[in-house]
Amino acid sequence: MKPLDHLSLLEAEAIHILREAVATSERPVMLYSIGKDSSVLLHLARKAFHPARLPFPLLHVDTTWKFREMIAFRDETARALGLDLLIHVNEEGLRAGINPIDSGSQRHTDVMKTAGLKQALDKHGFDLAFGGARRDEEKSRAKERIFSHRTADHRWDPRNQRPEPWRLFNTRKLKGESFRVFPLSNWTELDVWTYIQRENIPVVPLYFAAPRPVVARDGTLIMRDDERLPLRPGERVETRLVRFRTLGCYPLTGAIESGARSIAEIIAEMRASRTSERQGRLIDHDGAASMEQKKQEGYF
Amino acid sequence: MGYARAVETVAASGAHPGADSPAASPGSLLRFITCGSVDDGKSTLIGRILHEAGAIPSDTLAALERDSRRFGTNGGALDFALLVDGLAAEREQGITIDVAHRYFATPRRAFIVADTPGHEQYTRNMATGASGADLAIILVDAGKGLLDQTRRHSIIVALAGVRHVVVAINKMDLIGFDEARFRAIEADYRAAARGLGFASLVFIPVSAREGDNVAAPSPRMPWYRGPALLDWLERIEIRPVTVEAGFALPVQYVNRPDAGFRGFAGTIVAGRARPGDPVLALPSGRRGTIARIVTFDGDRAEAGTGEAVTLTLAEEIDIARGDVIVAAAAPEANGIRVADRLVVRLLVTAERAIRPGERFQLQLGTAMAHATIVTIDQRTDVATLVHGPAEALAMNDLGTVTLRLDRPLALAPFRTLRDLGSLILIDRLTNATAAMGTVTEARMAEDAAGAQATGRLAVLLRAALSPAGTARLAGAGLVALLVLGLTGAPLAAGLAGLGDLVLRPLAERVNRALWARHAARRDAAVPELSDGGGI
Repeated sequence: MKPLDHLSLLEAEAIHILREAVATSERPVMLYSIGKDSSVLLHLARKAFHPARLPFPLLHVDTTWKFREMIAFRDETARALGLDLLIHVNEEGLRAGINPIDSGSQRHTDVMKTAGLKQALDKHGFDLAFGGARRDEEKSRAKERIFSHRTADHRWDPRNQRPEPWRLFNTRKLKGESFRVFPLSNWTELDVWTYIQRENIPVVPLYFAAPRPVVARDGTLIMRDDERLPLRPGERVETRLVRFRTLGCYPLTGAIESGARSIAEIIAEMRASRTSERQGRLIDHDGAASMEQKKQEGYF
Repeated sequence: MGYARAVETVAASGAHPGADSPAASPGSLLRFITCGSVDDGKSTLIGRILHEAGAIPSDTLAALERDSRRFGTNGGALDFALLVDGLAAEREQGITIDVAHRYFATPRRAFIVADTPGHEQYTRNMATGASGADLAIILVDAGKGLLDQTRRHSIIVALAGVRHVVVAINKMDLIGFDEARFRAIEADYRAAARGLGFASLVFIPVSAREGDNVAAPSPRMPWYRGPALLDWLERIEIRPVTVEAGFALPVQYVNRPDAGFRGFAGTIVAGRARPGDPVLALPSGRRGTIARIVTFDGDRAEAGTGEAVTLTLAEEIDIARGDVIVAAAAPEANGIRVADRLVVRLLVTAERAIRPGERFQLQLGTAMAHATIVTIDQRTDVATLVHGPAEALAMNDLGTVTLRLDRPLALAPFRTLRDLGSLILIDRLTNATAAMGTVTEARMAEDAAGAQATGRLAVLLRAALSPAGTARLAGAGLVALLVLGLTGAPLAAGLAGLGDLVLRPLAERVNRALWARHAARRDAAVPELSDGGGI
């Protein structure tokens, strides 16, 4: 028998992690962000527990500023696959008028995403949450464990993470503590796309190039997805052929000019690319070590 | 994470890098680690490799230029260490405290590199990085030569199962590219690493800061005729040899969506399986036959090492998480056995020392048990690699211990089957990972029944109720004699003797069943046992 190829090894590793996590937790949940990594993670989870239904619900922490196409894709995916989907909105944040335009990206993310996530985890008593984060995304994520231990108040202590030798994950925890589990830790962006291609996994159409209404602002192209995005003096909306490399809140997500309309074209474009994936994410540029700080505070 | 690699071979085994080695198959993956002491230049070397491989995106490079001016120790020139020292705390202190994983590819190969911490305090993190690696780059500062840390890292790399080592002798620019110095360090290292059993061991003189012999041969060291480091990493062939003999699948999860389906989900760690194969469940020894190999992509006619599958059996037998399903035709292939006494090489990761008599939660494969440290057989002095006696093992100590488990588990020596020969010990109070280890020997204790019973009363009861056959007959005869003496009636004496003969084994059986139930309850009642049992 031939040894498994690189993608099949990554797949088997992720399935192993998913099963290990579910077998050793009481109330697991999968954080579903609607992006390509979430699509891959969902696909792997269906593989891991086939022929059973997923033994956990999906949770989307909705900031109310996601692209409309993301929400449509989310609802269609949940319907088509018969998923148990929970949607949580930080209502306190909404009442306080937090939004990415007036509050700034950092405060918006803190309140609507980080605090919203903690609210949802506490409300449902989840003791383990799967996420689609990869170590190749960002510097502080490179040091993240696959089973990341969190204190009762969801904090991540980078100095007190457990060793993970061989395939042995110490999944024991005290009451109130929880784990964030990252089955895609060892995947790269290229692995994700080649796997999506191999497995024919549906993704949000925003990843593919199309003429879209965008505004050039602060060196990035922001898509005006609805009327809530005010135009600054001198700005005008123009239609350009763009796509997105990552997806988040639309006012915080930069588009790239691209003609890649298929997965094969995306892969070809990526192989030639010289910029990092998260360049389009405005929240990462908030300050030195900003992602590490967000993680310590409980951001995924 | 070494999924399909229980055994590795190298085509160019023991070869000098200058020797002609076959090209690695295109598209293959090499997982490697870098280790060295503080200030040996590990992060600089990784940053340099990433840069030379064209793996640093332009926006990241811009951030690096900014950071180099602000925090750099290289006079404002690009300081590659800043690229990989990801955590803010590290950037301020200039040390690497945790394993950082990097992903890059050249046209010839994909790489995952684990940058592991140099500081002795974080040796456990280094061991974690090593456990998933095919190859280790051990950095030595040419000006300092071998340090205790160099020896420590080498022995931990060997413990973790890494078979290929590159010793990168760094900062050659600071010693005038002196060949004699390089050769002296090489000789020192060869002497120190004797007995560690690496499949390949090569030495490359480099300057990570200035790039000599990293991506291209250095014109400043014409005396060195071997390949540059990146060239060797691209070319070394780590041929994954899947374990083909027998079959072993540690059960992770019992999948029971409805009454009609009962699947045993897990990753195959050795051999292959086909529907119709007779199997055993260990440690119970119950027999069954594989009915289906179920996957999301349809049932399979065959599945092999490294694949994550779900098996169903033709028979209804009791199998739970932690059990290992093996081929009935070759249950002992790859050294698999059922054992409750283990000799283990242990690296202590806890902040406090480990002593004989202490009890831990042991995790081996998907199985859990309680493990008691019976003896500390030796402690290895990492500076000299000499084994000596010890009363305790402190954090970052390496030693050999004998463990007693509260129940037998299916396992194997690490050298024959990595997935069933590696373990961690977990502190029962804090849940911290107290130690990581590899099985070197395993057997059943001579008195297996005695090991299960606890407490003096149990032992007394058992002794009274479990006489050997001859003793049983003698006992029955004694009863008969006693009755004869008391009643003078031979019939009554005979009946009494017969009754004793029959009833005593029955009582023994009842007693054994009661004790088994008690033991099961006691195990179930352990409050911190949260491994989900047989979900």
